[in-house]
Amino acid sequence: MKKRTGVLLSLALAAGTLLSACGKDEGGGSNEGGKKDAFKVAMVTDTGGVDDKSFNQSAWEGLQKFGKDNHLKKGTDFKYLQSTSASDYAPNLNSLVREKFDLVYGIGFLMAEDIKKVAKQQPNAHLALVDMVVPEKNVASITFKEHEGSFLVGLIAGMQTKSNKVGFVGGVDSELIKKFENGFKAGVKTANPKAEIFVQYAGDFNKAEKGQAIANTFYGKGADIIYHAAGGTGKGVFTEAKNRSKNGKKVWVIGVDRDQYEEGLPEDVTLTSMVKRVDTAVDQVSRDTKDGKFPGGKVVEFGLNEDGVGIAPHKQNVTKEALAKVDEYKKKIQDGSVTVPKTDKEFKKFEADMKK
Amino acid sequence: MNVMKGRLFHILVPVISVLLGLLIGGIIMLVSNYDPIQAYSALIGGIFGNGYNIGETIRAASPLILSGLAVAFAFRTGLFNIGVEGQLLVGWLASVYVGIHFDLPKIIHLPLAVIAGALAGALWGVLPGILKARFKVHEVITTIMMNYIALYVTNAIIRAYMLAPGERTKDIKESASLASPWLQQMTDFSRLHYGILVALIGALFMWFVLWKTTTGYELRAVGFNQHASQYAGISVSKNIILAMAISGAFAGAAGTMEGLGTYQYMTINNAFTGVGFDGIAVSLLGANGSIGIIVAALLFGGLKIGALTMQSTAGVPTELIGIVIALIIFFVASSYLIRWLTNRFTKGGKI
Repeated sequence: MKKRTGVLLSLALAAGTLLSACGKDEGGGSNEGGKKDAFKVAMVTDTGGVDDKSFNQSAWEGLQKFGKDNHLKKGTDFKYLQSTSASDYAPNLNSLVREKFDLVYGIGFLMAEDIKKVAKQQPNAHLALVDMVVPEKNVASITFKEHEGSFLVGLIAGMQTKSNKVGFVGGVDSELIKKFENGFKAGVKTANPKAEIFVQYAGDFNKAEKGQAIANTFYGKGADIIYHAAGGTGKGVFTEAKNRSKNGKKVWVIGVDRDQYEEGLPEDVTLTSMVKRVDTAVDQVSRDTKDGKFPGGKVVEFGLNEDGVGIAPHKQNVTKEALAKVDEYKKKIQDGSVTVPKTDKEFKKFEADMKK
Repeated sequence: MNVMKGRLFHILVPVISVLLGLLIGGIIMLVSNYDPIQAYSALIGGIFGNGYNIGETIRAASPLILSGLAVAFAFRTGLFNIGVEGQLLVGWLASVYVGIHFDLPKIIHLPLAVIAGALAGALWGVLPGILKARFKVHEVITTIMMNYIALYVTNAIIRAYMLAPGERTKDIKESASLASPWLQQMTDFSRLHYGILVALIGALFMWFVLWKTTTGYELRAVGFNQHASQYAGISVSKNIILAMAISGAFAGAAGTMEGLGTYQYMTINNAFTGVGFDGIAVSLLGANGSIGIIVAALLFGGLKIGALTMQSTAGVPTELIGIVIALIIFFVASSYLIRWLTNRFTKGGKI
């Protein structure tokens, strides 16, 4: 028996030496070379990771741009930590704060609770949260004026609908998605007071089949443009639109959060997209913090003025008249002569004012 | 001599598997241009490096111990409970429900919430148990399907009745919480909570029931040979249902670790938490014994928490730890191969 343990032990030992020998060749890890005085910024992704083609990816692009502009070193001065499950948020945020990062982002409202806890435990840390407000004095809350961007795509939908019927598919009925809905409705009504708008919530951000069923109903009722603010559920809207277009009935989808032009290929059903510039926001807040103007305890809102929302760069399916209208109202929103409604109440008032 | 050999082998297989898993994980790192020495030192630092990491490791291990016990207990009776994940989810929800909606002194409220979670898990486990005992429906199929039912039912209940801003329920009341400011302070604000005690009691309970009671003897007998047990006058159906109930109760208790300890609320889960499935690995590595499971759970909890530091300081993606864990499971599962090889070495070919 002694002999056997001996063999195994030496096996393990041999393995160890082999491993360490290999390790030495590798040399200089990425851990060296970071100077103490450099500004360090990092972000924690949610479970989607930095290649989710959405929120996290956009935030990481913003951080990379900031890093490049300021000649920071990736991995030491700016980096991201991926979370494999929701229980990883807190340790990830904590480890970045402990590593003395000057600014730590939590991407997505799912991290709100953890940001709040870390903010209380580490009063000297600078934290930022995207898409939700955490009222702590060392947390910057980054939100977007989604209603303004939705208003612009609403204008396009109102101008380009041939049947005078358009649809809105929401993910989960919540304050956030209501901003999309009411902005969109206001835009449609402004451009086309006669238009009828169907609204339905799927109750889920991740049910493509539900999105498809709702889109089927809407298109069946004669709508020819559907705006979705429903994350993964929206994929079903695209599927339905593509199926119908394949069968010779051209219908359109308006994408959300980022340019969803590719989502509509090859049938080319994406009319335009309402983009949320998380990258711009991350870049901007990092800049401010570096200049010593960390917006702690404040809500930083990104709207049309800040280039935080807008329509996607792919514009070939949008008519010139619609684009002109978009520019016209963009100016009006920016100078304050038009206020886009966020809530159902504000929308009712907006509609009543329009009829006067 | 023979007994010694068996026991030693039981310990050797997991240890060798872990070493081999780490070794091959290191080779994969080398191939992908990461420095394994730096990565593993970061990993070790991420487990033992400071109070915070130690606290988080124990925190992550607590539900793993219970989900490992759940799998092991059913396995001792010859059942594969793949439904730990679902039983965990209903347990989580039940404990959070009791934590939010009851107003009681802590000494009653907290145990009540834990028991509610365990009972919900037991109920979720009993259903496949009854189906197996009565209609011979294979428990692997039913428990897997019950996972999906649990996932979507808990989500629907939260959405319909318990929704708070942020896709989750409200926080539970202080009186139902396992969290301890004292433990948190001691570990530099980790989320360490008293759940580890519940998990250790669970481990003790399993050992006691299985090895020190008549019921345990019957359960194990059914696990060894159903027909022989029946011939000996043991009710196979009763024991199958009982095993699934206790197994489900362990899983439900694992859910209370999340609900009353780590999170203090329940989120709407887009996918499974993975804690239940990891329980299968923990139980396999721990050779279905109480102490083995505690050690295995601490190892997996440590790997998972250490992986975060590894990602942060050595730049190695956390997925690599997923690979290492998979390799460890692979080697444990192929212990037959190791047995054969060691026999070759020691006995010169004679089996």
